[in-house]
Amino acid sequence: MPSTDTSLRTVAEPSTLVAVRALMRRDLTLAYRHRSELLNPLLFFVIVVSLFPLGISPEAKTLQMVAPGVIWVAALLANLLSLDLLFRTDFEDGTLERFLLSPHPLPLLVLAKTAAHWIVVALPMIVFAPVLGQLLFLQPGAYWTLLATLALGTPVLSLIGGIGMGLTVGLRRGGVLLSLLILPLYVPVLIFGATAVDAAGAGLDVSGHLSFLGALLLLAITLAPLATSAALRVSLS
Amino acid sequence: MWIWFHKFGSPRYFYDLAGRLIPWLGGACAVLMAVGLYLGLFVAPSDYQQGESYRIIYIHVPSAWMSMFVYVVMASAGTVVLIWRVKLAEIIASVSAPLGASFTFLALATGSLWGKPMWGTWWVWDARLTSELILLFLYFGFMALEAAIEDKRTAARATAILSLVGVINIPIIHYSVYWWNTLHQGATVTKMDTPSIHLSMLIPLLLMAAAFQLYYATVLLMGARTELLSRERRTRWVAEVIRNS
Repeated sequence: MPSTDTSLRTVAEPSTLVAVRALMRRDLTLAYRHRSELLNPLLFFVIVVSLFPLGISPEAKTLQMVAPGVIWVAALLANLLSLDLLFRTDFEDGTLERFLLSPHPLPLLVLAKTAAHWIVVALPMIVFAPVLGQLLFLQPGAYWTLLATLALGTPVLSLIGGIGMGLTVGLRRGGVLLSLLILPLYVPVLIFGATAVDAAGAGLDVSGHLSFLGALLLLAITLAPLATSAALRVSLS
Repeated sequence: MWIWFHKFGSPRYFYDLAGRLIPWLGGACAVLMAVGLYLGLFVAPSDYQQGESYRIIYIHVPSAWMSMFVYVVMASAGTVVLIWRVKLAEIIASVSAPLGASFTFLALATGSLWGKPMWGTWWVWDARLTSELILLFLYFGFMALEAAIEDKRTAARATAILSLVGVINIPIIHYSVYWWNTLHQGATVTKMDTPSIHLSMLIPLLLMAAAFQLYYATVLLMGARTELLSRERRTRWVAEVIRNS
């Protein structure tokens, strides 16, 4: 440190970019230290998918038909159940209030937290999805589309879920309420995601579906953090 | 303009104004509904394809319109809540939610009743039905969130955010569902250049739509008055109102 002056200033006002990066690193480190918890959404994803053959039929033809929808619905539910990780602990130990008081724009901090959440929760599911495709006899031509739709769609789920989490974080029993608020809003992502995989399995062009998912992602990135910030401010007021 | 805004937003003034408006709105609603039902059920000719059962549109279509209109009202009131913290807007949003949900439910129920003879099933996963169903879920979410938050003013701001998120999402949901599956007949009235519905059928429909609007306004004002008394029960003007009644 050259002098106390500059070091004080850098401590007091790090740039927003630094703050965002630090926040992401913090969240990822925290997640890494609780590795066993991280496994839960992934295990849920796998277990839910493996329930369907038991519930419907082990026949390859039937499973092949429902595979895109089942994998997508399971991914959606796993995402929903993991939303608690996004703000809950930070709310309980008071860290969330510090974020609200920080000089950096809250929407960017929210975006950073959501990105970390997506890396921790959704990325393993995307990596694992082809295996589940095998279990359900997914059409061979649909694998890349499955990965692409999940990669584009799950961030939207996390971003929309953040709004619901922000609204319910202060409530003691927010769990069921959260799903009631959020699941209807997940519908477009589910539709475009599952139908794209379906269409790819039938050998059709899916660029339209993917474009729509991309558009939804851009819209969610721009608007959802604003709504989440507003929701957090209401919840913590 | 701002004076008007504050005056209208003042609970006392609104309470009196609403009390004076309710009989007029309610009366006009009754007249329009009576005329509309008469014209629709007795005067309008029966449809050459659907026979008499098409007449359910005189309930079905206005409820479907209202289901969306009420959500927009809620979202607009929510905007006012978030920007200006007007208590009255909180009440309007809160009273509108169950009304909107009822209109949505009515639209779904009548649609299902009509679907049985026409399509042969009570329910099809048709685009408009599905998006109407999701709209019903959105209303339920709104009411559940409101019920979960103890403090009414916090609840109003939280639900306001939710309704704004919903209002951005409704068109997206609607069109995504639309591309997903479509069986429902196309819009017949909103094609402005040449409506594909005959005038003798259109007039009762529009009368019923107006009657539904007036019904909503009447019940909204009645509900808002009650809610206002309950939320302001510690103020002096409510004590006066109670004493004078």
